[in-house]
Amino acid sequence: MDMPRHWRLKEQRYNLVGTECLICGAKLFPPRPVCPDCNSKQMQPFTFSGQGEVYSYSTIFEAPLGYEGFIPYAVALVKLKEGPVVTAQLTDLDNDEAQVGMEVEMVTRKLREYGEDGVIVYGYKFRPIGWY
Amino acid sequence: MTEDSLLLRPDREVGIVGYGAYVPRYRLPASEVARVWKEGQDALPIQEKAVPGLDEDVVTMSIEAARNALKRAEIEPGLIRAVWVGSESHPYAVKPTSTIVAEAIGAAPHTQAADWEFACKAGTETIQAAIGFVGSGMARYALCIGMDSSQARPGDDLEYTAGAGGAAYLIGPKEQSLAYIEGSYSYVTDTPDFFRRPGQHYPQHGYRFTGEPAYFKHVLAAGQRLMDELGYEAGDYTYAVFHQPNAKFPLKAGQALGFSKEQVKAGLLVPMTGNTYAGSSLLGLTAVLDEARPGDRVLLVSFGSGAGSDAFSLIVTDLIEERRNRAPLTQDYIARKKYIDYALYVRFKKKLVMH
Amino acid sequence: MRDVSIVGIGQTKVGEHWEKSLRDLAVESLWAAMDEVGIEKADALYVGNMLGGQFVGQEHLGTLIADFAGLRGTEAFRVEAACCSGAAALRQGYLAVASGLHDIVAVTGVEKMTDALGCTTAAGLATATDGDYEASQGLSLVAVHALLMRRYMYKYGATNADFAMFAVNAHRNAVGNPYAMFHRPISKDAFEKARMIADPINLLDSAPVADGAATLVLCPREQASEFSTQPIRISASAVATDSVALHDRRDLLFLESAYLSAKRAYQQAGVGPDDIDVFELHDAFTIMSALSLEACGFAERGEGYRLGQNGNISLEGPTPICTMGGLKARGNPVGATGVYQVVEVVEQLRGQAGPNQVQSPRLGMAQNIGGSGGTAITHIMEAMN
Repeated sequence: MDMPRHWRLKEQRYNLVGTECLICGAKLFPPRPVCPDCNSKQMQPFTFSGQGEVYSYSTIFEAPLGYEGFIPYAVALVKLKEGPVVTAQLTDLDNDEAQVGMEVEMVTRKLREYGEDGVIVYGYKFRPIGWY
Repeated sequence: MTEDSLLLRPDREVGIVGYGAYVPRYRLPASEVARVWKEGQDALPIQEKAVPGLDEDVVTMSIEAARNALKRAEIEPGLIRAVWVGSESHPYAVKPTSTIVAEAIGAAPHTQAADWEFACKAGTETIQAAIGFVGSGMARYALCIGMDSSQARPGDDLEYTAGAGGAAYLIGPKEQSLAYIEGSYSYVTDTPDFFRRPGQHYPQHGYRFTGEPAYFKHVLAAGQRLMDELGYEAGDYTYAVFHQPNAKFPLKAGQALGFSKEQVKAGLLVPMTGNTYAGSSLLGLTAVLDEARPGDRVLLVSFGSGAGSDAFSLIVTDLIEERRNRAPLTQDYIARKKYIDYALYVRFKKKLVMH
Repeated sequence: MRDVSIVGIGQTKVGEHWEKSLRDLAVESLWAAMDEVGIEKADALYVGNMLGGQFVGQEHLGTLIADFAGLRGTEAFRVEAACCSGAAALRQGYLAVASGLHDIVAVTGVEKMTDALGCTTAAGLATATDGDYEASQGLSLVAVHALLMRRYMYKYGATNADFAMFAVNAHRNAVGNPYAMFHRPISKDAFEKARMIADPINLLDSAPVADGAATLVLCPREQASEFSTQPIRISASAVATDSVALHDRRDLLFLESAYLSAKRAYQQAGVGPDDIDVFELHDAFTIMSALSLEACGFAERGEGYRLGQNGNISLEGPTPICTMGGLKARGNPVGATGVYQVVEVVEQLRGQAGPNQVQSPRLGMAQNIGGSGGTAITHIMEAMN
């Protein structure tokens, strides 16, 4: 059920906490110990706003084990406002509504369950803005 | 107030610093339930109800409502000292919803957290407790949530109305409140009108027994007693919000307490959302706060089977105007909808036996 | 550093081998290669495999296969680099011989995928992605490539149909390869009607999962004529890495690992793309064919898919790819694929490709890619006579 592994990722999954390089200012998600741009090891936590846009998307019809209950579902590369690209599902939209360039915001949703008696994993997904 | 008074009032006055609603996007028309179970021949108690998506549950909905409340309150989440979630559909029977919400909003670790249960009044009782928690000076802020995604037995009358959604309230000092609480009151009896044993998927209900001896007895007792203790009548209020299991009961209760249909209308959401159980009266209150004016007095009376009612008298302050539009309005959530049919509903609500 | 030659090849048919276990397949291909060379012992055995632990509950594969092949006591261990575990095992073998430490080395790539049933297969393959930030978001390896393909189509205006010829060409070539999984050609029409797995990737864009094992026997060049009348020289062996996660790439639509690995290989061999007569590229998905051709200098950025359309990639064209069916039609038993690619280049350079023979090839290149481009391993082979 991978409880410790999912638990370790809480801050990333619930609040998009990554790192900021103190030397070159790069904002990184996921957090890294070494800056891929300038190689520095001086990092501090950085919380992303959750605003971004769709860089690419796909609708999945064959899922890996654990996600088959959600078929069909859309996944995307989302370019966050602050720079990095994250991989996440899209939610609160019809699968044929996704478009490259669509502006999205982060929400916290169920990623998967480990069966009816196992742990529930929550994390970030993205939905279109402009609904209100 | 003396300790023997029936009216509940804390030493320090408190109120609502921020509020937030959540209603999921999907809608099942009541006509769909009738189509499948009654060949379309039935009186429909509401128009449609809200259904959570496959990736939603009380945890995820509570997180969004809480984030909305914090957007309105604009306070440092680290100052929240209680995160309390009332529901009858917590995703875990043992493992609190409230700790997940606390982490997701930045209130952990220096906070109390607990899950509450009292059927449909699980949400308002967190507010009742928060009034004491904050009013005693123990804490500056407490976050209170009533949220549900309840199950109804397929083909049962409740299936027309069992909806999903709810609201979050940040309780804090009166000076920071967009609506402060003049006083509250609770009325409970041992009345088994609606209940669910452990391990059972669906609740049992007592049909007509849930009316007079349950809903009406407690709602009217609580509402009337609170008004009497405060020296008010229905005419002193701009709005009255009641627990809403269907469209008829709250109007009938309002009428019995002397309220007009207009006073009850703004907070009456059940025709479009269904009964959101522990979220019901709290969601109705968010719709009222979305339009209320400074100085308006609001009566809130919940009902939870088992049974009991919590009643609150609130006065809206000047701070409402600047805070209201910092987060989506309740009508924004209600207007956001995608219709599904009964087959998709059954899939979404996991009523199919898969194993 | 010594020059290294390939003196023996062995392979099983690629397919659904319900009756054969992982060790059965590995031993079969190992004996086939060793028999061809006429040896019963080796100095070392390196086994390329990605999913043994996950799909058949077996780690410790190098030792297990050595033991069951009659090589107990021999240096042996498993090498893993996701979908390029095969080429990684070859890299290990190459280093062992080139360094002077070993003379006869066997490299076996093996994968037994059909023991994993249903959604377990996709979950296993997803371990080639970033587990915490890609797989756990619900992505399959197919979906990661779908994100790549959609962005490519968006940027360059390509359509699904534009990729059909990669699949059609692979199937056409597989007909003449007795070891291939599929022996029927497919039409462009069938491609366009194929159902979506993760759109825009359809069933015919994707290489099939399969069981198979292939083996190479290596020795130093100066000993090669003792073991083979047609030794093949490895003129380059190069590995390069990039980020595992697609979202961490500097330029999503450029396979930096393939580019660097090819560049290093070209430098080692003293050649360029124009000198390559046969290119066994990593066509796990049609998009990867296009991107590999671009990264290795056979096409400009955004033009890779056009090579598929104008016949350049066919056996008769200037850039033959997937000459024995490629991953798409020979099949993709992932950890074995990298070795199959090299076996097929050797068959071409020896003139043993049968109906698929490319005209007098002198240089062949094989490139095996891990995940969505996290690792790329390139080998260039040369006919020695």
